[in-house]
Amino acid sequence: MPEDQSIAIDVRDAVKRYGDFTALKTISLSILDNEFFTLLGPSGCGKTTLLRMVAGFEDVTEGEIYLYGEEIKNLPPHQRPVNTVFQNYALFPHMTVLDNVAFGLEMRGRSKAQARSRAGEMLELVQLSQFSNRKPSQLSGGQQQRVALARALAPQPKALLLDEPLSALDQKLRKAMQLELKHLQRETGITFVFVTHDQEEALTMSDRIAVMSEGELQQLGAPRDIYEHPHNMFVADFIGETNLLEVSVDTIANGRATCHLGGGHELTCNQVDGIAVGAKVHMSVRPERLFISDDPAEGESLKGRVQENIFAGTDITTIINLADGPNFTVRTSNSNRGNKRIFEPGNEVFVNMELGAARLLVD
Amino acid sequence: MAQRKYDIKSYRGFGAMTILCLVVLYAPLVVVTIYSFNASNSITVWEGLSLRWYVDVFSGPESAKFKLAAWNSFVIAIIASTIATAIATLAATAIVRGGKFRLRTASIGLISLPLMVPEIVTAVATLIFFNYIGFDRGLLTIVLAHIAFCIPFAYLPIAARMQGIEDSYEQAAMDLYATKRQVFTRILLPLMAPGIISGYLLSFIVSLDDFIITNFVKGAGIETLPTAIFGAVKQGIKPNIMAISTMLLAVSIIMVTISYIVSKSDNTK
Amino acid sequence: MAAQAESGGATTDTYKEARTWLLMPAWLVLLVLSLAPVSMILIYSFLTKEFRGGVIWEFSLASYDQFFFDRGLFGDEAPQIEWTYITIFWRSIWQAGAATILSLIIGFPTAYFIATRSEKVRPIWVFLVTIPYWVNLLIRTVSMKFLLRDQGPLNDFLLSIGLIDSPIHIVNTNFAVQLGLFYSYLPFMVLPIYASVERYNFALSEAAADLYATKWVTLRRILLPAVKPGVIAGCILVFVPSLGSFLAPDLLGGAKNFMIGSLIEEQFKGNAGNWPFGAAASMILLTMVLIILIVFARRQAKAEKREG
Repeated sequence: MPEDQSIAIDVRDAVKRYGDFTALKTISLSILDNEFFTLLGPSGCGKTTLLRMVAGFEDVTEGEIYLYGEEIKNLPPHQRPVNTVFQNYALFPHMTVLDNVAFGLEMRGRSKAQARSRAGEMLELVQLSQFSNRKPSQLSGGQQQRVALARALAPQPKALLLDEPLSALDQKLRKAMQLELKHLQRETGITFVFVTHDQEEALTMSDRIAVMSEGELQQLGAPRDIYEHPHNMFVADFIGETNLLEVSVDTIANGRATCHLGGGHELTCNQVDGIAVGAKVHMSVRPERLFISDDPAEGESLKGRVQENIFAGTDITTIINLADGPNFTVRTSNSNRGNKRIFEPGNEVFVNMELGAARLLVD
Repeated sequence: MAQRKYDIKSYRGFGAMTILCLVVLYAPLVVVTIYSFNASNSITVWEGLSLRWYVDVFSGPESAKFKLAAWNSFVIAIIASTIATAIATLAATAIVRGGKFRLRTASIGLISLPLMVPEIVTAVATLIFFNYIGFDRGLLTIVLAHIAFCIPFAYLPIAARMQGIEDSYEQAAMDLYATKRQVFTRILLPLMAPGIISGYLLSFIVSLDDFIITNFVKGAGIETLPTAIFGAVKQGIKPNIMAISTMLLAVSIIMVTISYIVSKSDNTK
Repeated sequence: MAAQAESGGATTDTYKEARTWLLMPAWLVLLVLSLAPVSMILIYSFLTKEFRGGVIWEFSLASYDQFFFDRGLFGDEAPQIEWTYITIFWRSIWQAGAATILSLIIGFPTAYFIATRSEKVRPIWVFLVTIPYWVNLLIRTVSMKFLLRDQGPLNDFLLSIGLIDSPIHIVNTNFAVQLGLFYSYLPFMVLPIYASVERYNFALSEAAADLYATKWVTLRRILLPAVKPGVIAGCILVFVPSLGSFLAPDLLGGAKNFMIGSLIEEQFKGNAGNWPFGAAASMILLTMVLIILIVFARRQAKAEKREG
């Protein structure tokens, strides 16, 4: 991200408590101008609460929220220049599609005619012009979704907040909408703050992701960064699939940590700040970073026995048991398997990985 | 007979009981309706179809009395149900959309008080109250008493409706720069409309039909349809009473049917 | 997320700031026209009666004394239990109870039958059962009287099919009052039972059948306990208004079948009335009703807590 990019939404030490329950524990993060930013986490992690605090539906117990440098935490929702796409869209059922989209403009003081003509343009943008006189209930889920988008974008908000807007759609439509949303964000140049519990969705769409759990920020970064360099156990486990194994650290040198696994197997991992020699921690290695061979390959090799193969279309998952030790899950793509053979259960094999594929995690 | 399929849900005889139930509920009404079209002077003998008792109601010797009573009844019902519905709508907004607050339960209790207290007790209480404050009994006392006991009947469908409306519509409107007042008039009221209409009609019927309370708080010489009918029935059931009853019955059924259809019409879909 | 859990359900707080103003009219009207009058009955029941109706503002226990004790014509004899009013109350309880049982016998199968129809037609059945409730109670009671008269259509019909030789007298009997009360409040029995049967999970009945229970055993041992709250609610909703009813006993029962409602009414009509005594009778009735309602509300609250 470029240094000169200005900050759209700045959350500083925000805390949210409901009585004794703390939903958000002191969160600080900056969302940049023109960014597709995602709040990702399991349900109950506080991501929706944070979004609703930005929108103005929840008060901020402690801390501040700035929108382009302006403190907004005491503004009621109808005075905040941000708009929300609600989880179930919340399209006004008694109004036509056009009136729904025009509503925000009207409330901002535009004349009815002006509001409607602008609403018409917005509907064109989401390709729903022909439905402007229908009631929301006469549209399909995907169409309602686009109306909700048009309605929220029509008043040209300074930021668009999206609260799991795709969760009600089926898989196929969802994929299509993901792309459409991404394009819409590029076209409009508006900052999008997107809330989801679906890590794949977050990885596909976002410029940056904030991973949250139990009211705390776990990691903030670009999708690749988060996927490949998970900072802690929660992130490694929540994003994608991984081999999460307990290790003890024997030596640390030159940015590498030599560890051993259960059964005495030795493995070199990337060193991480805050982990010292003798520590018992977890390490993570993605299944697709592993490959199987008859003989040890260059890099790291561990000897084991094939336990099971699971065929899943594009790839095969093989579970390999290290002697007296843990299991490894290895994913081999069917497309670039080439003439590599499939190892059968019972075969003695080596699990190999590049140096640096295995990362130590703080707990 | 063919062996019936074993159905865990069906019990023999329950269907018959249901039919019996409906027969019991409707038989008296149907019989009175039929006899209101009787040509005979006697209520016992059937002498063929005729509209003479309906003509009698509108132009017979007692027509002036019944017309005045009907006029009173409708005026009272319109005023009482309009005010009660307005009050109930505001109260429902506070109770359903006002968050949790200390007087919430007390408010619900107060609103349902007229439903819990036996009607005869309410009647006596209202009489004593007006007597104590020295309020002359007349049309106004009837209207006031009706407003009070119509409130719960208006409140129930309105509150039920409001509970069924997700608050995300209001949030979406606020998010789109609407003030709370605008949210109320532009979003909540239109969405609540079926509940409000339903509440209005029910409270209208309740007011129109009330006998016991009216009988206690009405001033001397002032009659509503039910008190006039009661007075007449004390002298024995006459055919013209059956004609009036049939008309009143029709009004009630039509209004309940409208209320039912309106409340089923879901304008959130 | 927690926010959603909290805002989910009925209560939201969009109009938190305005709620006092929104509630003000309802509070004003109901405090003045409902709560204040009911409280006044309590006061009046302890006042001294004025002949020709009305009260003298002097504290007195005479009304309650008159209700329970007989002190002879001149009030100087040793007090004995006065049975007149207790009998009227007892008759009211008995009549209301009989009407409740009658409603349950007819209402339960009806509610069950309706609740097991397809989802589409259920509202129509419910509507059919509720319509008569919205018809003027006076007209319904008069219609009932008309139907049941000695020369009425019911007797005519029974005579014509030869089921009876001479008209059966129904009007002015206890049974007529019970029928009238049953007719007045039957929908109140059907609706709550219907609501609980509709929520009932029939997989439980299937499990019982699978474990060799017959249908009637299943009904008694599995279904009935599950829908009991609905049955109790229905019984209370019929019993309570029946207890204080005025029209059915007055029009169908005649002078011998006096109930509380008529007793109270009499005290406020014409010059023979005794307002403090009427107020005392009202208080006794109200106390009975409130006790029933409070016990019921407690039970419901407990049951809800158990269900979580």
